[in-house]
Amino acid sequence: MSAAEEVVAEGHERVEAVPKRAMTLGTTTSLVVLAALLIVPVFAKNFIIFQITMLLIYGLAVLALNILTGGSGQFSLGQSAFYAVGAYTAAVLMEQFNVNYALTLPIAGVICFGFGYLFGKPALRLSGVYLALATFALATAMPQLLKLNFLEHWTGGVQGLVVTKPDAPFGLKVSQDTWLYYFTLAVTVAIYIFSVNLLRSRSGRAFMAIRDNEIAASSMGVNVALYKTLAFGVSAGITGVSGALGAIAVQFVAPDSYTITLAISLFLGMVVGGVGWLPGSFVGAAFIIFVPNIAESISKGLSGAVFGVLLFLVIFLVPHGARQVAIVSQQLLGKLRK
Amino acid sequence: MELFTNQILAGIATGAIYACMALAVVMIYQAIDHLNFAQGEMAMFATFVSWQLMQWGVPYWGAFALTLVFAFAGGIVIERVLFKPLAKAPILTNVAGFIALFAIINSCAGLIWDFTIKQYPTPFGSAPFLGSQLISTHQAGMIGVTLLLLIGLFFFFQYTRIGLAMRAAAALPESARLVGINTSWMIALGWGMASAIGAIAGMLIAPVVFLEPNMMGGVLIYGFAAAVLGGLTSPFGAVVGGFLMGVFENLAGTYIPGVGNELKLPIALALIISVLVVKPAGLFGRHIVKRV
Repeated sequence: MSAAEEVVAEGHERVEAVPKRAMTLGTTTSLVVLAALLIVPVFAKNFIIFQITMLLIYGLAVLALNILTGGSGQFSLGQSAFYAVGAYTAAVLMEQFNVNYALTLPIAGVICFGFGYLFGKPALRLSGVYLALATFALATAMPQLLKLNFLEHWTGGVQGLVVTKPDAPFGLKVSQDTWLYYFTLAVTVAIYIFSVNLLRSRSGRAFMAIRDNEIAASSMGVNVALYKTLAFGVSAGITGVSGALGAIAVQFVAPDSYTITLAISLFLGMVVGGVGWLPGSFVGAAFIIFVPNIAESISKGLSGAVFGVLLFLVIFLVPHGARQVAIVSQQLLGKLRK
Repeated sequence: MELFTNQILAGIATGAIYACMALAVVMIYQAIDHLNFAQGEMAMFATFVSWQLMQWGVPYWGAFALTLVFAFAGGIVIERVLFKPLAKAPILTNVAGFIALFAIINSCAGLIWDFTIKQYPTPFGSAPFLGSQLISTHQAGMIGVTLLLLIGLFFFFQYTRIGLAMRAAAALPESARLVGINTSWMIALGWGMASAIGAIAGMLIAPVVFLEPNMMGGVLIYGFAAAVLGGLTSPFGAVVGGFLMGVFENLAGTYIPGVGNELKLPIALALIISVLVVKPAGLFGRHIVKRV
C-alpha cells in the first residue's frame, strides 16, 4: 500500500459548511432577546440572576469555540486551558496588584490571544483527531502548571485565590449580583457583535473557506497558516475574557476548577447549540448549566446516566442542534405569514 | 545504568496496558473512522461482568469466554441501537453521542457495583518473571496476549474475506457497497470486535489497576495517545506506540526533576505532539492524500 495510491475523497474532520448568513439571528429577534435579558433582573431572585450571569459567561466560551470549530473548522478540547488563563489573569491582577476588575478583562483577552496564537503555530501541522489530542494535552497540563511551586506566590497554589466581588459604581442602588449581571451582559453583547462582524468580514470568509476546503482556499490565495492561527488567537482571547468574567462572578479560582471536564462541557454546549450558529452558543450554555442539575434532581445515584440519556435524546431529535430548531420554526413562521 | 534499564523494563510492563487499549482504539477507528470516547467505559463494564460471573462461581477462562461473547454482542447492539441512527448526523454530534454513552455506562456501573475498589484475579500468577522484580508473570502474560492479539488481527485483516471486506468498507464505503459489501454491518462488526478487544484489555488491566468504575479513565487517554503516536491506521503502530508511551512516561518521571505523578501525563503527551509535528500521520500511519 503506497501512500500516494490511497486517495480519500474527504478529510477526517468534516465540519458542516454553514453559510455565513445562516450564522446569526435576524435583527428583530436579536432585539427581542436583548430586551428580555435587560428586564430579567426586575423579576428574578439573586440566585437566578447569578445563574443567568453564568449562562452568559459560558455562552461566551462556547461562542469562542464556535468561531474556532464552526468558523475555521479546527477542533479544540483545550478551551478550558484558555479559560483558566483568563480567570487567573483577572484574579491575580485584582488580588495581587489591585487592578480594577473592568480593566482585567481586556488584559486577560490580550494575554489569551497571544497564548492561543502561539499555540496555534505548532498546531498548524495537525488536524482532526491529532489536533484534538494536542489541545487535550494542553487541557490536562493546565491545572498541573497552575499548581507549580514557583508560581505559588501569585496563584496561591492548590488553594487558589479568593476574588472580591465588585460593588455597583456611581452609588447605584442595585445589588452586587444585579450589577455584575448587567456588566456581563454589556460585555457579552459587545463580543457577540464583534464575532458576528468578524465572521462577515474578509477574515471570516477566509475562516470559512479554510473550513470548507483547505486546499481550495490556499489555491485561491488565502493565507491558510495566518488565518488558522488567527482563529486560534481570537477564540482563545474571547475564552480568556469569559474566564475572567467567570472568576469575578464565582469569586474564586483554583486549578481544579479548570480541568478537561470544563472543555468537554463547552464542546457539548457547542454541539447542542448547533455547530457554526453563533446564537446557539447561549442555548448550548443553558444546556450545560441546567441539564446536569435536572439530571441530579431526577435521580441522585444515576445522574450521569440521566444526563447521558437526555443528551442522546437531544442529538437524536435535533442532530444539528438548536440551529435546526431555529430553521424549522423560521420556515413555519414563513408559512403562517402566507 | 541499572536504574535506566530497570525503568525501561517497568515502562514496558505498563506499556503493555496501553498497547492493549490502543489496539482496541485502532480497531474502532478502522471501522468507523473516529475515536470512541466510551471505549474505556465499555471495557470497564465488560470487566465487571466477568468479575460478577466469577463471583457466581464460573471459573476464570469460562468467565473470560462468556465476557468476550457478551462484549461482542454488546458492541453490536450499541452500534445498531444508538449510532446507526446517527450515521447521517455530523461527526461532532457523534462525538457528543460517545460522551453521552460514557456518562451512561459509568453511572450504571457505579450504581450496580458501587465505587469501592475490587481485587481482580490473574490467570498468570504474580510471581517475579525470570527473576526480575520489575516484571511479574502477569505483566509478561499481558505482553504475550497483546502480541498474540496483534498477530491474530494481522491475519484477520490480511488473509480473510471478511477482514478484507471490513478494510474496504472503511476505506471507500461507496465503492465497497458497489461490489456487494454490506458496509452497514461491517461497521457493526467493527464495533463488536473493538468492544471484545477492549474487554480483553480490561480483564488484563484489572489485576494491575484494580476494578472500579473509573479504572479506565487514565488508561484510555494513554491508549488514545499511543494509537495516535503509532498511527491510527496501523495496529502494529498502536502496539509499538503503547510500549513507547509506557517507557516515555517512566523515564520522564525518573529523570526530569520536579515531575511528579501528575505531570507525567502532560509530558508524555507533549512528547507525542512533538513527534506528530514532525510526522503528522503518526510513526506507522498511512499518509492520507486528499482530493479537492
